[in-house]
Amino acid sequence: MMRSMAFRKTKNHLMTLLMLTATVAVLVPLGLIFFHILKMGFSSLSLDFFTQIPKPTGEEGGGMANGMLGSLIMIAGASLIGLPVGIFGAIYLAEFGGSKVSTSIRFAADVLSGTPSIITGMVAYTLLVVPMKGFSGLAGSVALAMIMIPIVLRTTEEQLKMVPGSLREASLALGVPLWRTSLKVTLRSALSGVLTGVLLAIARISGETAPLLFTSLGNQFWSTDITAPMAAIPLQIFNFAIAPYEDWHRLAWAGALVLVTIMFCLSLTARYFGRSRHNG
Amino acid sequence: MQIGTDTTEVAPAKRLKGDVVFRYLTTFFAFSILGILALMLYEMASESMPSIKAFGWRFVSSSEWDAVQEVFGALPYLYGSVVSAALALLLATPLSIGAALFITEIAPKRWGAVIAPLVELLAAIPSVIYGLWGVLIMAPWLQLTVQPFLIEHFGFLPLFQGAPYGVSMLAAIFILMIMVIPIITSITREVLLAVPQSQKEAAIALGATRWEMIKMAILPYGRSGIMGAAILGLGRAIGETMAVTMVIGNAPNISLSLLSPAYTMPSVIANEFAETTSKLHGAALMEIGLILMVVTLAINALARLLIWSVSKSAGGAT
Repeated sequence: MMRSMAFRKTKNHLMTLLMLTATVAVLVPLGLIFFHILKMGFSSLSLDFFTQIPKPTGEEGGGMANGMLGSLIMIAGASLIGLPVGIFGAIYLAEFGGSKVSTSIRFAADVLSGTPSIITGMVAYTLLVVPMKGFSGLAGSVALAMIMIPIVLRTTEEQLKMVPGSLREASLALGVPLWRTSLKVTLRSALSGVLTGVLLAIARISGETAPLLFTSLGNQFWSTDITAPMAAIPLQIFNFAIAPYEDWHRLAWAGALVLVTIMFCLSLTARYFGRSRHNG
Repeated sequence: MQIGTDTTEVAPAKRLKGDVVFRYLTTFFAFSILGILALMLYEMASESMPSIKAFGWRFVSSSEWDAVQEVFGALPYLYGSVVSAALALLLATPLSIGAALFITEIAPKRWGAVIAPLVELLAAIPSVIYGLWGVLIMAPWLQLTVQPFLIEHFGFLPLFQGAPYGVSMLAAIFILMIMVIPIITSITREVLLAVPQSQKEAAIALGATRWEMIKMAILPYGRSGIMGAAILGLGRAIGETMAVTMVIGNAPNISLSLLSPAYTMPSVIANEFAETTSKLHGAALMEIGLILMVVTLAINALARLLIWSVSKSAGGAT
C-alpha cells in the first residue's frame, strides 16, 4: 500500500507551493493597503493638515488639527479612567485574588475585550449622552476607557506575575508593608512591561471609531469642552471617506497616514520597552 | 535601603492600616470591572425591553424595518451579518492556515521573523482605515473589473446577478477576509509553535516528507487551536463595524446575489443610532446590539475554550 516515493515527493512540492501561494495571497492585499496609505497620504499631506480645521464643503484645503486635539483629549480622559482600574485591578489579581474571584474578573475582562466596540458606544450613550442631554467628549472617553481596561488589566497582570517571588518576599521580610512592596517593588520592577501594555492600549483606542459615533459625535470646529461634541481623527477619516468630494478624500488619506504613523510609533516604543525588560 | 529605614519608623498598627486601605482600593478597582460588565448587560437588556415586548420573536423573523410606522424586524441585518462573516471566514481560514504553516515550518527562520511581526502590525490597523481603502480603492476596482467579469462569465448563477455597484456584499466579504486574516494567521502561528518538537522529529524519523509531517504530526495536534483561531476571527468579523459600513452599501436586502448591496447588524446601529426617530426605534437598535453582544460572547467563549485546551495540553506534554 506504500505510495511511490516520486508521488510523495511531488505531493510535498505541490503542497509547499500551495502554502507559498497562500502566504503571497495574504501579503498582497495587505501590502496594497500600506502602499496606498503611503502614496495617497504623502501626496495629500501638508502643513495645513496639522494647523487648520476642516473647511466647509466646496472650499479647498483645510486640515484635521481639531481632530488631533480632540483625539488627544479623549485618549487622556480614557487613560485617566482606564489606567487606575486596569492597573489596580491587576494588582488585586496578583496580590489578593482568590482563585474563584480572580477567574470571574478575568472572565469579565475577556468578555469586555471581545465585545464589539460599537456596543461600548451604545452603553456610554445610554449612561452619559441621554442624562446629559447631549453628545460629549466625556462620553467618548468613557466608551474608549471600556475598551482600554481589559487590555491594561491582562498585560499588567502577566507582567506582575513574572516578577520573581523572592523579590517580594525579600521586601516583606525586611518589614515593608504589603502595599509598599506591591507598588515600589513588584510594580516598579514590572514597570517597563506594564508601560508596554499601556502604550498598546493607547494605540488601540486611538484608532477606534465605532465607540465615538454616538458619544463624541464629531465637531467641525475647535473645541476643548469635554461636555460638548468633540472631533477625533478616526471620526473625521470616516466622515470624509464616505463623502462624495475628492478634496475630502485626500484629507481622509492624510489622516490615515498620520494615524497609522502614530500607532506605528506607539507600538515600536512599546516593543522597545518590552525588549529592554527581557535583556535587563 | 531607604525602604528599610522608612518602615522601622512606622508602627505596626499603622502599617496594617495602610495594607487594609490598599486592599480595599485594589478590590474596588478589580470589582469595578465586574460592575462595568454587569452594567453593560443590564443597560443593553433594559433599553431593548420595549422592542422585545412589542415584537417578540417577530423581531428576528420579519424583514420589515419602518421607522415611520414603528415596525421593526431585523432579519436583513442578521442575514447580512451571518453571510458576510461566514463567507469571509470560509475564504480567510485556508489562506491563514497556509500562511501560518509556511511561516513556521517552511520559510527560513529569518523570513518568519520578518513576516510574523508584520502580520501582527496589520492586525492593529484601525478598521476605519481598512474601510477607507475599501471604499476608495477596492470598491471601484470591484465595480470596474471583478464584478463585470463575474457577471459575464458566471452571470447564470444566482450568486452573481444584477448590476455591478462596487459597494456590495462581495466588497464586505473581501474586506472582512483581509481584516481577519492577520488575526487567524498570528494565532494559528502561535498554536503551531506550541506543537512539541519531538512530534515533528518522530514523523521525520519515520521517513515522512515535510507535508506528511505537517499532515500527520502538526495539524492533528493543533486542530482545536486552529479552530479556535478561526472562531475568534468569526467573532471579530461579526462585530466589525466601520469597514463593513463603508463598503457594504447599507441596503436592507435579502438577496442571494453577492453583487447586491446589503446591511449588517453593526452597520445599522452605526448609521441610525445617533438619529433615532422614536423610543421604539432606539429600543429596536438596542435589541440588535444585545443580539450582537450575546452572539459574540458565545463565539469568543467557544474560541477561548478551544485555544485554551491546546495550550494546556501542550503545557502538559513538555
